[in-house]
Amino acid sequence: MTTTTIDGHTVHVNEEGFLTDPSEWDEDLAKSLAAQIGIDLTDEHWKAIRFLREDYAAQGETATLRRISTVGGIPTKQLFVLFPQKPAKKLAYVAGLPKPHGCV
Amino acid sequence: MTTTQTAPVVPDFGSASTDRKLAIICSKGNLDMAYPGLILANAALGEGVETHLFFTFWGFDMINKKTMADLKFTPVGNTAAHMPQGLTPMPGMTAMATHMMKKSIAELGVPEVPEFLQQIVDSGGHLWACRMSADMNHLTEDDLYDEVEGIISASDFIEKTEGAQLLFI
Repeated sequence: MTTTTIDGHTVHVNEEGFLTDPSEWDEDLAKSLAAQIGIDLTDEHWKAIRFLREDYAAQGETATLRRISTVGGIPTKQLFVLFPQKPAKKLAYVAGLPKPHGCV
Repeated sequence: MTTTQTAPVVPDFGSASTDRKLAIICSKGNLDMAYPGLILANAALGEGVETHLFFTFWGFDMINKKTMADLKFTPVGNTAAHMPQGLTPMPGMTAMATHMMKKSIAELGVPEVPEFLQQIVDSGGHLWACRMSADMNHLTEDDLYDEVEGIISASDFIEKTEGAQLLFI
């Protein structure tokens, strides 16, 4: 198990850098994680992050983009604006969750 | 053993602009042959890959407003359906197989074809219709799904997708 220190927070991560223990995450850490990948968190980002955290707590797996748009009510287009290029993975990273496993 | 790095471990999400491009040619109008192209296009877009879909021949049924929501799956001639082949052409078999496949797809939270195309467009994907298929079927842009960007020739598509990886389905 590797630990890494991001902006003063020491957390466990996998070989790619995703957090392995969702309980080590808090909103302060999210700001630091987002900064690492060049994202400044706005209210819109927080809406997506909070949905992902709540959905993970309820479902035990990270929501796919499809689920974030249909269940979380955040349009696909907007997710691509908020977390450019790779929204599902970037959002999971900032939320301290594993990458989504679903195909769609 | 625990190791600690000085530089933070951060996932590599690639550079802001990737030149990776994917072209998918959809040539089939069966329900089971519509999904592979849609799923792969959606996955590529989620990875930041510029994606173009070209609908040609039977694949036109995927973007024809009249047929797109009503694609069918038939077990006829499909040994992977694992049914006695003599039974597959019986009346009602295609309807039943289609119903079952649609149900399993919906249970996974995967959308039907029209909604899936919309998701692909919302993710930045491009939809193109084949000129020859449109002419053969006497169809115009009005007959096609609104998000189709245009009816173009095969050479136009090849030109647009210069340097792309290509899938023919």
